[in-house]
Amino acid sequence: MINASLTELRAALDTRKISSAELATLFLDRIERLQPALNAFITVDRERALDAARAADARIAAGTAGPLTGIPLAHKDVFCTQGLLTSCGSKMLSNFVSPYDAHVVSLLKAAGTVMLGKTNMDEFAMGSSNENSHYGPVRNPWDTGRIPGGSSGGSAAAVAARMVPMATGTDTGGSVRQPAALTGITGIKPTYGTVSRYGMVAYASSFDQAGAFGASAADCALLLGAMTGFDPRDSTSLERPAADYTQALQSGASATTPLAGLRIGVPEEFFADGLDDDVRTAVEAALAEYRKLGAQTVAVSLPNARLAIPAYYVLAPAEASSNLSRFDGVRYGHRADSYSDLDDLYRKSRSEGFGAEVQRRILIGTYVLSHGYYDAYYLQAQKLRRLIAEDFRRAFTQCDVIAGPTSPSTAWAIGAKSDDPVRMYLSDIYTIAVNLAGLPGLSHPCGFGNGHLPVGLQLIGDYFDEARLLATAHGYQQATDWHLRRPALAD
Amino acid sequence: MSLSIEQVMRVAGLARIELADDEAEATRAKLNSILQLIEQLQAVDTRGIEPMSHPQDVAQRLRDDVATECDARDAFQAIAPRTENGLYLVPKVIE
Repeated sequence: MINASLTELRAALDTRKISSAELATLFLDRIERLQPALNAFITVDRERALDAARAADARIAAGTAGPLTGIPLAHKDVFCTQGLLTSCGSKMLSNFVSPYDAHVVSLLKAAGTVMLGKTNMDEFAMGSSNENSHYGPVRNPWDTGRIPGGSSGGSAAAVAARMVPMATGTDTGGSVRQPAALTGITGIKPTYGTVSRYGMVAYASSFDQAGAFGASAADCALLLGAMTGFDPRDSTSLERPAADYTQALQSGASATTPLAGLRIGVPEEFFADGLDDDVRTAVEAALAEYRKLGAQTVAVSLPNARLAIPAYYVLAPAEASSNLSRFDGVRYGHRADSYSDLDDLYRKSRSEGFGAEVQRRILIGTYVLSHGYYDAYYLQAQKLRRLIAEDFRRAFTQCDVIAGPTSPSTAWAIGAKSDDPVRMYLSDIYTIAVNLAGLPGLSHPCGFGNGHLPVGLQLIGDYFDEARLLATAHGYQQATDWHLRRPALAD
Repeated sequence: MSLSIEQVMRVAGLARIELADDEAEATRAKLNSILQLIEQLQAVDTRGIEPMSHPQDVAQRLRDDVATECDARDAFQAIAPRTENGLYLVPKVIE
């Protein structure tokens, strides 16, 4: 049952092979057992989970269950959950019991899912290794001496170790796709504006987008679909109906070449210097497998993609410095014990409450927005953003999806990059351009590199092409079994 | 572009972040390595390119000017560090 797909769990619940309460208990016991080794959770709430599971069992008995009713999940601790700690991985919010639910949380509650707890993350979603958490680093289930990726590292590690069958995450510069790749699971970030940001603690609002983690594209399709839909409370929520991605998975094409006719664009820039050989080998083998399944690969170019990281590290910190000015020690969150006046209260509360990386990004953001520098940095980065989006637009005239590595390396050792912010930033080289353009992206496992560490393949789609991304990955997963491999720890 | 200690302290002041004297130099070095990365942008010719702030270039939605939220002051103040009679307490700002 621990390794079952969401469809199998649905069948087991509907045929009364297991009750939702029994299923929740199974996963809660597993969380308890694996948590000391992985530190994937910040909060586990057994009592609340069992209450929700019993309510789900009543719905199943009454015949009013939906596709996700009774299935356990975990939320990244960036999503506000009413009456439960919502820390965002920060000391600043280590006493913040949210008075309301995020839109995503409300939707998944209404769908009858059973929340087991809140997952660990890089503080305020700023990080690529999950080492920037006030609650300590998360460990990779494939090798507990290594990082799981970030910033949604807790959600990724929890799904990879089967502490939970599905989890939510957020992706501002790669924070769903990169940890999915490094932990050997599937993760998807939809088109910007598809999932409401209401109740999602803000980092960089023009990039922040919620996403889904699962063992497979089919599992992600179920979870992501339930998260979508217009929400008037988010000013950037797009006025589109909730999506059903599962229909796209029922392929009409032939069984031997399910992807016939699909044109996969391969950007040369994603295979240049800086890509580790073991990752390159696994990704190239996956592209060969895609050709075997009937797809055609075509060379495309994204000449401005190399500027995605510098542009992102102007725009995201600028937005962060503004968003995080709300943490003032007055209305909620951490407040210093002693201070001389109001200004001192602000400074001490913020310096004690924010960790080093968050402080750095606030300082960079404050600097690039300050008098005399706005045009040179912020405006120039916004222009680069358009050039990068234009690159993708041109590429999608030649292909249906774009494929390449998700991350230039497999999971690295804890501590290896934690003292060098720029080296850490460069690890998101293939994911960040997608956020700048606001496109959907997915990562699925495609093999193993040195030391038996998972490698992820990234698929990038045109705007609103999530269904095609999921169907493409599903086609691959029907023919391969990388997504069924489990770390030894979790056996 | 490279920041001096004085500039770092000034930016920290604007951001309401307190930097201890013994952290300032390490912070300065890290900020400068990030600014060096950002400098790559300056080499690109962007004349005639419109800045992009939103992927779909959508306009802000307007709504009717009516109240949509009910009063939740008690719930919000229950999590505040210090309140009194429905007010948030801060150190004295007017002498």
